[in-house]
Amino acid sequence: MKPVLLWSDALLFLLLALVFAGGWWSRRQAHLRDAWQKVGAGGTAMAAATVLAAFLVVGVLDSVHYRERLPDAGNEPGKGPVAYSNEVLSALDALLLPLKTRTEKTYSAPLATHLFAKESLDGEGRDFPRLKHGGAHLGAALDGHDGDVAARVVIGFGIGVALWLPLWLFARWRKFGGSGTAIRAVLGTALVLLLIAGPVASLAAGYHVLGTDKVGQDVLYLTLKSIRTGLLIGTLTTLIMLPAAVLLGILAGYVGGWVDDLIQYLYTVLNSIPGVLLIAAAVLMMQVIIDTHPDWFATAAARADARLLALCLILGVTSWTGLARLLRGETLKLREMDYVQAARAFGVGRLAIMLRHILPNLMHIVLIALVMDFSGLVLAEAVLSYVGIGVDPNTISFGAMINAARMELAREPMVWWSLAAAFAFMFALVLAANLFADAVRDAFDPRAVK
Amino acid sequence: MLAYIVRRLLYAIPILIGVNLITFALFFVVNSPDDMARMQLGVKRVTPEAIDKWKMERGYDKPLLWNAKAAGIDQATETIFFRKSARMFAFDFGRADDGRDIAREIRGRMAPSLAVALPVFALGLFAAVSFALLLVYFRASYLDFAGVVLCVAMMSVSGLFYIIGGQWLVSKIWHLVPISGYAGGLDTAKFIVLPVIISVVGGIGSSTRWYRTLFLEEISKDYVRTARAKGLSERAVLFGHVLRNALIPILTGVVVLIPLLFMGSLLIESFFGIPGLGSYTIDAINAQDFAVVRAMVFIGSLLYIVGLLLTDISYTLVDPRVRLQ
Repeated sequence: MKPVLLWSDALLFLLLALVFAGGWWSRRQAHLRDAWQKVGAGGTAMAAATVLAAFLVVGVLDSVHYRERLPDAGNEPGKGPVAYSNEVLSALDALLLPLKTRTEKTYSAPLATHLFAKESLDGEGRDFPRLKHGGAHLGAALDGHDGDVAARVVIGFGIGVALWLPLWLFARWRKFGGSGTAIRAVLGTALVLLLIAGPVASLAAGYHVLGTDKVGQDVLYLTLKSIRTGLLIGTLTTLIMLPAAVLLGILAGYVGGWVDDLIQYLYTVLNSIPGVLLIAAAVLMMQVIIDTHPDWFATAAARADARLLALCLILGVTSWTGLARLLRGETLKLREMDYVQAARAFGVGRLAIMLRHILPNLMHIVLIALVMDFSGLVLAEAVLSYVGIGVDPNTISFGAMINAARMELAREPMVWWSLAAAFAFMFALVLAANLFADAVRDAFDPRAVK
Repeated sequence: MLAYIVRRLLYAIPILIGVNLITFALFFVVNSPDDMARMQLGVKRVTPEAIDKWKMERGYDKPLLWNAKAAGIDQATETIFFRKSARMFAFDFGRADDGRDIAREIRGRMAPSLAVALPVFALGLFAAVSFALLLVYFRASYLDFAGVVLCVAMMSVSGLFYIIGGQWLVSKIWHLVPISGYAGGLDTAKFIVLPVIISVVGGIGSSTRWYRTLFLEEISKDYVRTARAKGLSERAVLFGHVLRNALIPILTGVVVLIPLLFMGSLLIESFFGIPGLGSYTIDAINAQDFAVVRAMVFIGSLLYIVGLLLTDISYTLVDPRVRLQ
């Protein structure tokens, strides 16, 4: 096994490190600690945060990549060159290995034991063929299907509660509730999530819980894999554009003069190009570059990753203007503040003022932008993938799933499960992000209307 | 006023030049015409002759910025930049890959785009402002809370869901309107009613919430308290004072969009088969027709700049304090 660090993994871990560092830093700043406590006291916000944390766990697991070692072909063990598979797997793949490998021939409904379409069986006319894996443990008779499903659901609830009890005891023991944090919302949401995850997991051991798609892949596996793509697009875009937006925004606001004019010109130009068209143009161009330089990428995953990052970069280029304008406006206000004037009178240099006196007081705007943009970007990914300028076709994403499944609504009876699964997961992710973002904005924005 | 408009229009020129340079850089410098030819021709048929022929047919065989071989003024004009990018200022977009004149195609496709976009714009604005006023009228009640929750939930649903779900329910299950297509004349209504409703429903969540915030900000101001103290009814306060004053921030967001209505909506048009500019763009993206994408980028930027100008002018109309100089 050989660990692989894709660029997007590295950036995601960098982002996590930044979040932890920011959290540690804000513990020592009274006003930031107060704001976070305000977020923590809100029931809705904490419930949303719990859901987001669950998504994040899946996303992070899916970002630990490695390449399997291939069995030595005919060589003595330990001798000869070590070969690694071309397929890049993640920790999530390893956990969900049964789901990943147990593919059927084509569509099958959730929890089904037979394929969705009739086929001619040898010598027995046309009928629904039996699935290879879904419900295979039932044997040929199949009489126990409903009872088996019910039993698995009950066992799943048991697993869910069993996993939840330690959390609850831990919360009681550390008396989290006393600190004003809405711990009950967290525990309640965690219980609901585990009560969903438990039965799903225990059913997934024997069935395709959300059915299979056109090429027989398990839809549950696809949706779980899509989470990483959504999270990456939602967070990395802002992370990538952040340095440029902060730098240019502060420069424009603090230095003023021709620097301000130039930066304003730059963002007016970028802003005036309709976003979708700029993205389309840039993605088309990026694709040409990627296609003409196949030697840059060791694996298909690295190539798909490059396209994903390119998409984040382009989305960032189209969206940094709004943040830069906000930061410029705020800097204009801050530079006239007494403490900045005092610093200037003491002879503090321009750079030092920008770094030490202006930048920390803009961080709440950056934080609000980071959380507010997230949900819009997740939704944008689906639309862009539909238009054909989204992620690489090999990347599993909500947009790709929807795109692949949307023609199937015309079938009679229709194939609804892939669409429903993609939309439901996306809805949960975006709703949680929206609720959490609102809470963060209310807590950090001094001008927010309650 | 006139002098202001003229100055703003002159200011638009450097911005358009900037847009032009960016698209030029994206389409011709980041990727040479050779790369484009290779991609268009596919892997199998790539020979140097085929590439040259492809470039000849489309006029990409000239130097990028400076033609040293030509004489006199031709040194600047016989180049890709002049032929392909500078000509756009005269609305000469050249031909698409299928040989049709792009400018003519765009003119023909504006009407279907507007037929959908205008009702969406007007109805959407009206519905969102009315709902926001309703929520503000019942502010801090369960109705307000439920409304906000509904807005957040509706914002969190993917736009694709509204389209796919709407088509499935209204067209496939209820058979009320055709699933997709377009016809001129009176038949238009039959085809645009569903896309219009879906667009309005899809956009109403976020705009209602945004307008509600604006109204609430306005309603906490002193002049509103004065108006109430005079004994004005809540309705008179809302419509006569709050709505009028909140119009200013609403206009900032809305007027800039009006010229862009000509561009149509990518998603709606392509799902409903409406032959407007949105579906033209999508088709061009899918066919990797760079000339069309470039033309659309240019027109979109132009319309955006017109929108900014209209925004400034509209301020003077609704807010007598603003003077354009």
